[in-house]
Amino acid sequence: MSISVADVEYVARLARLELGADEKEVFAGQMNAILGYVEKLKGLDTDGVIPTSHAVPMENAFREDLVSAPIGVDKALANAPQRSGSFFNVPQVIE
Amino acid sequence: MDTIDMTIHGLHQALESKQLSSVEATKAMLARIEAVDPQVGSFITVTPEQALAGAEAADRRIAAGDMDVLTGIPLALKDIFLTEGIRTTCGSRILDNFIPPYSATSWEKLRDRGAVLLGKLNQDEFAMGSSNESSAFGVCRNPWDTTRIPGGSSGGSAAAIAARQATATLGTDTGGSIRQPASHCGCVGLKPTYGRVSRYGVIAYASSLDQVGPLTRDVTDCAIMLGALAGYDHKDSTSVDLAVPDYVATLPNGIKGLKVGLPREYFIAGLDADVQKAMDAAIETYRRLGAEFVDISLPHTDYAVATYYLIATAEASSNLARYEGVRFGHRSAGAEGLIDMMTKSRSEGFGAEVKRRIMLGTYALSSGYYDAYYVKAQKVRTLIMNDFIKAFADVDVMLTPVAPTPAFKIGEKVNDPLQMYLSDIFTIPVNLAGTCAMSLPAGFSADGLPIGVQLIGRPFGEEAILRAGYAFEQATEWHLASANL
Repeated sequence: MSISVADVEYVARLARLELGADEKEVFAGQMNAILGYVEKLKGLDTDGVIPTSHAVPMENAFREDLVSAPIGVDKALANAPQRSGSFFNVPQVIE
Repeated sequence: MDTIDMTIHGLHQALESKQLSSVEATKAMLARIEAVDPQVGSFITVTPEQALAGAEAADRRIAAGDMDVLTGIPLALKDIFLTEGIRTTCGSRILDNFIPPYSATSWEKLRDRGAVLLGKLNQDEFAMGSSNESSAFGVCRNPWDTTRIPGGSSGGSAAAIAARQATATLGTDTGGSIRQPASHCGCVGLKPTYGRVSRYGVIAYASSLDQVGPLTRDVTDCAIMLGALAGYDHKDSTSVDLAVPDYVATLPNGIKGLKVGLPREYFIAGLDADVQKAMDAAIETYRRLGAEFVDISLPHTDYAVATYYLIATAEASSNLARYEGVRFGHRSAGAEGLIDMMTKSRSEGFGAEVKRRIMLGTYALSSGYYDAYYVKAQKVRTLIMNDFIKAFADVDVMLTPVAPTPAFKIGEKVNDPLQMYLSDIFTIPVNLAGTCAMSLPAGFSADGLPIGVQLIGRPFGEEAILRAGYAFEQATEWHLASANL
């Protein structure tokens, strides 16, 4: 199993990252080293083992459905890179 | 004793007996930060105005007799904790100008008791790193030897204690990010059990592993801080609704008959000789104190790093999807269209280590690889957790090294991420198992670098490791040494 530069480009597209040509080469090498190391897990028999997604046993977490003060439009938009009125402004979505 | 050298409990006594005001203590800390931070780089943002306003308010509370052990104590936070109105970067360019609209529960709890905020501390970008070298805001150096790393990712949180720039600090620990820097900088660092402390308002890295904890000068301070932080928070549905014990009250109860496990997989060939020496001396100290040692096995230890780097990167790739230049954070100026704007904003804003982990995580979750990597790692995580459950049937706590070597040189491992990842071998299993552990000053290398040992407790067994840590501290003087800076 080996990661090529084309694989790196595919994953970068999924992750919405743009990498330079040098970066792609370096990442391909490093990902190969790391994924090569991770291969050791394949040698472990995990048939019938239940996967752990959460460290502490916990059922659904409910709280009381109480009304509280919202954060407010101005505060919510205070960090917006671009704002118009009470909206976040983004580039045209449908081209 | 100088104000900057004081513990929380020491400073509290000075404040209570009116030998000192919080404004005086805070000014002493701010002066110290100004004097030594150019050499150390612990802080990303110093907040002198907020600090002095907080100290004045604390002094009014003290005068009115409304005093808590944390009232008037100058603290600093890793820059991963949201602080309303105060820039919070998480060590990343992508949050360079981010001013949070609300605060983390953990900071609110400390602030409500009258703690004073000195500023926000340096860290690896998005808490991804073991050396603080991935910070976008400059190098943080180890106060014991400024050519060396302070550890990471809470490097600034540990360096600030060692450089005496804050009385105590907060960090976060996903794979060792409190304990390893605490060990490298000679302070006490506790990673509580998953669910013990609220993570509301803490910027997420790997949500099934992240936990908040204190870094302090001694174990008593650590117990004070944990008592203030612990407890259920309705804003964090992963926090656990369990009564919070009085951690300070039980510290002096001693450890006679305490069963201490030594996991044989942690005493591997290749352990640094100075680390081995500190471990041997710690075992001897505990034996003298009446502890009973049990040889135990955690057979899946060797799989922990691989498991961690699949689970943590997968969760990170999902958590960090929120940085897209729409609602907050950096937006690229030179983009055409929405997707290009998101892609360019992320590519300009994230550093190399963050990109690498997002790439690994995205790969591990991508179609065709999900079962082979992510689910496989979750299954091995179950085996690692079971190792701990089994071993804790026979022992009360475990004693292990924190890191295989003392602090390494700045730049030594930056080009070899796998080597960097392997340095977390003794801390990562604790996060995977979800339990608690503490790093405790336990010696120095031949070069004068601090070395810590790790006490691992049962889930929600913080009382036992704090008590064991306190007993060790009473019998040794390692925690009293201070960096010559």
